[in-house]
Parts: sequence; structure tokens; C-alpha cells
Amino acid sequence: MSSIGTGYDLSASQFSPDGRVFQVEYALKAVENSGTAIGIRGKDGIVFGVEKLVTSKLYETGANKRIFNIDRHMGMAVAGLLADARQIVETAREEASSYRSNYGSPIPLKHLTDKVSMYVHAHTLYSSVRPFGVSCLIGSYDATDGPEMYVIDPSGVSFGYYGCAIGKAKQAAKTEIEKIKMKDMLCVDLVKEVAKIIYIVHDEVKDKNFELELSWVGEMTDGKHQLVPKNVFTDAEKYAKESLEESDDSDDEDL
Amino acid sequence: MASIMTSNYQPAVSAVSTGTLSQPDWLTSELSTGTTIAAVEFDGGVIIGADSRTTSGAYIANRVTDKLTKVTDYIYCCRSGSAADTQAVADIVNYHLNFYKMEMGEEPLVKTAASVFRTLCYNNRDSLSAGILVAGWDKRNGGQVYTIPLGGMWTRMPVAIGGSGSTYLYGYADANYKPGMTKDECLKFIANAISLAINRDGSSGGVIRLACITKDGVERHVLTGDQLPKFYEDS
Repeated sequence: MSSIGTGYDLSASQFSPDGRVFQVEYALKAVENSGTAIGIRGKDGIVFGVEKLVTSKLYETGANKRIFNIDRHMGMAVAGLLADARQIVETAREEASSYRSNYGSPIPLKHLTDKVSMYVHAHTLYSSVRPFGVSCLIGSYDATDGPEMYVIDPSGVSFGYYGCAIGKAKQAAKTEIEKIKMKDMLCVDLVKEVAKIIYIVHDEVKDKNFELELSWVGEMTDGKHQLVPKNVFTDAEKYAKESLEESDDSDDEDL
Repeated sequence: MASIMTSNYQPAVSAVSTGTLSQPDWLTSELSTGTTIAAVEFDGGVIIGADSRTTSGAYIANRVTDKLTKVTDYIYCCRSGSAADTQAVADIVNYHLNFYKMEMGEEPLVKTAASVFRTLCYNNRDSLSAGILVAGWDKRNGGQVYTIPLGGMWTRMPVAIGGSGSTYLYGYADANYKPGMTKDECLKFIANAISLAINRDGSSGGVIRLACITKDGVERHVLTGDQLPKFYEDS
């Protein structure tokens, strides 16, 4: 692909003769260099998990988080260029807060997704800007509408999902997510599976260190999006590590 | 107004004197819905009611006014205060909610409508004279009544009254409103309230307009002069 850009890949405002916008495809590549982020929609809420790659031991723990609060009832997990992501987060927060002040109730996720998608898409139309190198998972919970989750990619398209993965190991993660019967699972159990998937798809050889980030929103948090409590986090991480060891052991037996 | 009065004679008809010329007050005073309006929630919907008098000073500019104004198919407002101000505000809210409906693809919540009314009434509180009751039905919270009095405050109330005539109704409403009343009990409650106010308040009168808003839409009623409840004349 990249070898045949031949001059059509310099601007987001120009098509290639076969109808592609190379700048957008490069933006997708930027997302694929980032640590994996997954989101699963359960019966009573949404769980997000992020594999935050730590490139230096000199970083403080918990720096450069990749899960954000958008509003009380809404969270976002991102993959790609973190600085670009923060820009999207700001837009989303402004949109959510203006909806709240105008209409006196929390913004419906579909509406926010539409607005943020339009913002992302606008950056694929002009020669003076570069598309966002970011894909994001957005999830929310509402007592009437239940849990909802959408994914927006650098081209500005969005889809609703029961489970999705973005970033480096999205294919492997999606395969793992497909094994889960999330539609009749509760978040307390899903959070363990999410942690497990992040540990499974993490490539120890290429990326040595990573921090696990887990957040959720749903009935169990009274409709608020927040990072999972310490005890839930430790349990989930323990479960993930143990099931990894178990599968390692059984792999050894096969040999 | 700071003119020199040439005599102490006070005409029976209230008048404004400008210099040596005198003219009736209805030529200069603002059209206002010196009004009685009321709204009550019941299980599954709301009942709203209003009198039909629009006055300009002592002059009745319209005796069959409709103060129950539609903002969406499921949300109405009861207007009191300046007729011009409240019509303008209702029109603007109607525009916003139509836009909202197109953008979101669903009916706005009553809360949303009330919030838009509030924003307008609060931001322009120094220039508006508008006391509005917002009432309607939505699938999330059922029948709801929100009251937005003069300063632009915003509260949900199970029963609300407004307009000049409402001053005569606080006792009646406190004594007779019971939570859990049926639709018909609520209709009766509101009709009686408006009738009582018409009887005491000079700037309320005409017919009683009533509306019931539920999931099935709006059902409107009119009680003409000969149908006004007269229960208070018994005994």
C-alpha cells in the first residue's frame, strides 16, 4: 500500500485514482502501533480494558492514562496517538457538558458519538489538517436505555458493538472476545475476562512492560463511569495471571 | 406620568394622563394574560387547565384565548404574564424542540423542554414577564409538570398553579390535591380550581380550557360559561 502512494498520500483532501484517501489509512496505521484497548458490553454495563505500554522505567506509575471520563455516565478508552486522543476527549467533554446545560439531562451516547464522529471526520476533508491517529471506544450506561458502546475510527465512521478491540493486537483480542457470552454476563465477571484478554494478547517479546487499566460503568457503579476499585482490579489481574500460567502449563504438557 | 393634574377628578375608567390629554389605559398598557393556569400529574399523564381572558388594562382584548400552547406533540405549556413574551418564548422553544426531534430521532423529554424554557426565561429574566408551567408526557418519566416562575427558576411539582388567579387557589390546592388521583379526579380538580379563580380574580375569566396529555397524545376540552362548575354556590 505505502509503496504506491506516489504523491496521492500527501494530503487528506485528495483521493488517489483508485478512490482511496491515503492519509486516513496512515492514521489507521498509527492506531495499530498503540497498545491494545478492549471494551465489552455486558448485561448490566460496559467494561473497558487497556494495555498501556510503558516505554521507560523512569515514568511514574499511572502516568499517561488512556481511559477517560467524558461525563458522569460515560467513559472513553483510546488507542493511537495520546495527544490526538486528548483533543478528541476534550471535544467529547464539551459536547456532553453543553448538552447537559441546554437540555438538563445526560447526553445520549448515540448523539455524542455522532457529534464526535463528525469532528473526527472533518479532519479527513482539508489539506490544512491531519486526520486523528486515534480510534476510541465510548461506553455509557443509563437506567432506561441500558449499556451502550460505540467505536469511532480515524475516518470518522462509528458502529455500535457488544465487544470490540482497537490497537496493536485487535485481531487476537477480537477472537478472544468472540468466545465470551457477554450478553448474559455481569460486569463483575466480565472485568476478569477483560483483564485476561489484555494479558493474553500482550506480546512479552516485543513490548516488555505494560500497565493494565480497567474501568467500568453500569448498575454496579450506580451509572457512573470510573476506574474499577482496587480490590476488583487486584482480583481481575490475579485471575488473568493465573489463567495465563495454567494455559502455559498445559502447553508444556502437550509438548 | 409626571404631569400636572388640573383637577382632582378621578374617572371611573382607569386612565393615563399625558399632559392635558387623557386616554384610556388599554391604549398604552401591554396585553397580558392576567391569568389562572394549573397543572397536575397523575399516573400515566398530566392534566393542564387555564382560563381564557386576555386583558389590556381593564379591557378584555380576547375572551376566548388559548393559553394552553403546544410545544411538541406530547408537551404543552400554560402561559401567564405578558402575552407577547410568552408567545415568543413558546415559539422559540417549539423551534428548538423540533430541531432536537430531527437531530435525535425521538421525542424530547418533558424535562428537556422545561430546561430550554428555563434557559430562555433565566437568561432574559430582566426583560421578560413570563410565568410558565411546562407539562407533558414522555416514555422515560411519564406525566410531569415543571414550573418556571418569574425569575427563571425550574422545579418539578406534582401539582402547580400560576397566574394572578392562583393566589386565590393555594388553600384550595393544598386542601384538595391528593397524590394518586385518577385522570377524571384530576380533570375535576383542575376545572374546579380554574372556576374558583375566575369567580374571585378580575383578570381571569371566559371559558375553562382543559387538556389531558398521555402516551396516546392530547385530548382537549372546553367548559363554556354555562358549564363552569358552581359547586361553591351550594348551601
